[in-house]
Amino acid sequence: MRFKTLLAATAATLLAGAAQADSTGITDTSIKIGNTSPYSGPASAYGVIGKTHTAYFAMVNRNGGIKGRTIDFISLDDGYSPPRTVEQARKLVEQEKVAFTFQTLGTPTNSAIHRYMNAKKVPHLFVATGASKWGHPEQYPWTMGFQPTYDVEGEIYAKYALDQVKDPKIAILFQNDDYGKDYRDGFLRGLGDKKDLVVSMLPYETTDPTVDSQIVAMKDSGANIFFNVTTPKFAAQAIRKSCEIGWKPLHLLNNVSSSVGATLKPAGLDCSTGIITAQWQRDPTDPQWFETEGYKEWAAFMKAEIPDGDLSDVNYAYGYSGSRLLHHVLENCEDWTREGIMGCAANVKDLQLPMVLPGILVNTSPTDFYPIQAEQLSKFDGEKWVLFGEVIDASE
Amino acid sequence: MSRPNPITPGLVIGLLAAVAFGAAIPHLVTDFTTYQFTLAMIYGIALLGLNILTGYNGQFSVGHSAFYAVGAYTAAILLYHFEWNHYATIPAAALVTFFFGFLFGLPALRLEGLYLALATFALAVATPQLLKFDLFEHWTGGVQGLFVLKPDPLIEGLSQDQSLYYVTLGIMLFLMIVAWTILRSRSGRAIMAIRDNPIAASTMGVNTALYKTTTFGISAMYTGVAGALSVFVTEFVSPDAFNFFLAVNLLVGSVVGGIVSIPGVIFGGLFLVFIPNYAQDISRLYPWVPPPWAIFGIFLILVVYFAPYGVWGGVERIRAWTQRRAKG
Repeated sequence: MRFKTLLAATAATLLAGAAQADSTGITDTSIKIGNTSPYSGPASAYGVIGKTHTAYFAMVNRNGGIKGRTIDFISLDDGYSPPRTVEQARKLVEQEKVAFTFQTLGTPTNSAIHRYMNAKKVPHLFVATGASKWGHPEQYPWTMGFQPTYDVEGEIYAKYALDQVKDPKIAILFQNDDYGKDYRDGFLRGLGDKKDLVVSMLPYETTDPTVDSQIVAMKDSGANIFFNVTTPKFAAQAIRKSCEIGWKPLHLLNNVSSSVGATLKPAGLDCSTGIITAQWQRDPTDPQWFETEGYKEWAAFMKAEIPDGDLSDVNYAYGYSGSRLLHHVLENCEDWTREGIMGCAANVKDLQLPMVLPGILVNTSPTDFYPIQAEQLSKFDGEKWVLFGEVIDASE
Repeated sequence: MSRPNPITPGLVIGLLAAVAFGAAIPHLVTDFTTYQFTLAMIYGIALLGLNILTGYNGQFSVGHSAFYAVGAYTAAILLYHFEWNHYATIPAAALVTFFFGFLFGLPALRLEGLYLALATFALAVATPQLLKFDLFEHWTGGVQGLFVLKPDPLIEGLSQDQSLYYVTLGIMLFLMIVAWTILRSRSGRAIMAIRDNPIAASTMGVNTALYKTTTFGISAMYTGVAGALSVFVTEFVSPDAFNFFLAVNLLVGSVVGGIVSIPGVIFGGLFLVFIPNYAQDISRLYPWVPPPWAIFGIFLILVVYFAPYGVWGGVERIRAWTQRRAKG
């Protein structure tokens, strides 16, 4: 009897010792979550994503929190400047003592804190960037991506283009930064040994006034395929200019600029007809989603929590998807410690998020740190994006 | 008639007290706050460069972010590609930025005031693009930037942040003494004469061209050293960190601290690091408060309006007032 008690006591102590996992930022009644977002500076359009999270967790708190704990969501401005992201991340981890960070935004900004977060063993969850480097748990076990990666999307376009066009001649317009080059490099990889089919590859800077001259040069090059890696303002310019000069290639538009409201309308819906993009989100300006449960849920959230929010801005939908994913992870998590939450984040199975395309499911595992990896091609018919083909799952 | 000895007992005591206080800080606060103070000192060194050029020599620069970037990338490239010792990269960065500063100072000779400002502005705007340029990508890492590691602590028992703080403190004090010595010498008087009345200065035999370009070089060198130190602290360089906004911030910091001063740069650095943070904290706590950058702007307007010579200008005015009171 006494031996059994001793055994039980020893086991309990050992278990307690093993479970001496890191509960920084977590109490029985609250959890502190950190975030950095560009509320000022050149990327401040993406600040609405952080705003969406803040509104979402305020709503969750009013409804009793998650597993009885209130969410203390601390979102700091880094102005899209990597040194400031470093400073704010250190503030979150060392001063605010957050449990983990969530959807920190931007590729150069997240790059700057990538090693720090892993060195400090703080979960760096669902980073808001499509760069390909976030899904490497062998080296960086505390960092997890979120959206389909740019380079995989580029590959999808390359394979599609080679499939569709006889005698392909390819032109690529790309933003001269990590995002643009990631897409470009993925596309080139998708071409395999046919890289010499690229007849024109031109960059632009976000500080340039227009991309018109690049479009003219591309038409002159005789290209019949156009891979358009631009952010919305420049995408609209590119579409309009090609229309003006009568250049009608197979137009592959990166998903980042696929919003009807933000890009195609300003470009001209007629000019945009026939453009192809890969989708993973439900475009909030596309009427085909208005009657779906997912859209209604999001629209109701926007109306109640962010009434002045622009319903045609897909960034609000993006933020909502991120928040819902985190909510799901926390709600289904037993072990509320840093290690435990990381483990739960790496254990999502077949989750359909409301504003993600039907059939594109979130899946993670200890070896798969890319939550969303599927996309579906769609073609613009003058009014809306019409999905075609199969959901292409890039998780092979 | 001999000039009064500037090294008064008061100055020495004040200096020692300040240094002692500075040395104590890492033991009084967390590593994170130590790191913030280190950043403030790094800005201080950068601002010292700007003060020498604009405050003391009258050459307007809205482009010092370019020299900061050159210093940072010199250090980063030497660390990343050539695995130099951290501290050896500092004189290297100093030499390289001096060279570029001097080189830029040559065409700048033909420009005054607004036009010089525009030329430096062009430099600031071009810098991120040049850093991303494909031709240099192999060295600069292009848009992906370069990663380096913090140096190991110089003294056993100190954390990396604490060690870096002391290194920065030492370098800052050294550079301040150098600047003070230069500005108190004949060369310093020549530099200031060029600011106050260039025609009179050259009539008196001052080689304005040589002084102006050399001052540009020295100014760039100071800011370049700051850039190099910033790489140790942040462990990462990327082109978009060195944009025009940084150049504006440096000018703001100079004005707030006192553009014609040496000790003022400390206040300028503290302002640049801590005010945006406080503004953000206050904004989060009290929703009725205007957004953080508006607070920053309001604070700046107050400083410019009530203390155009910055914090140090205010200090000197108080000192002059007390001296007048003492004399009766």
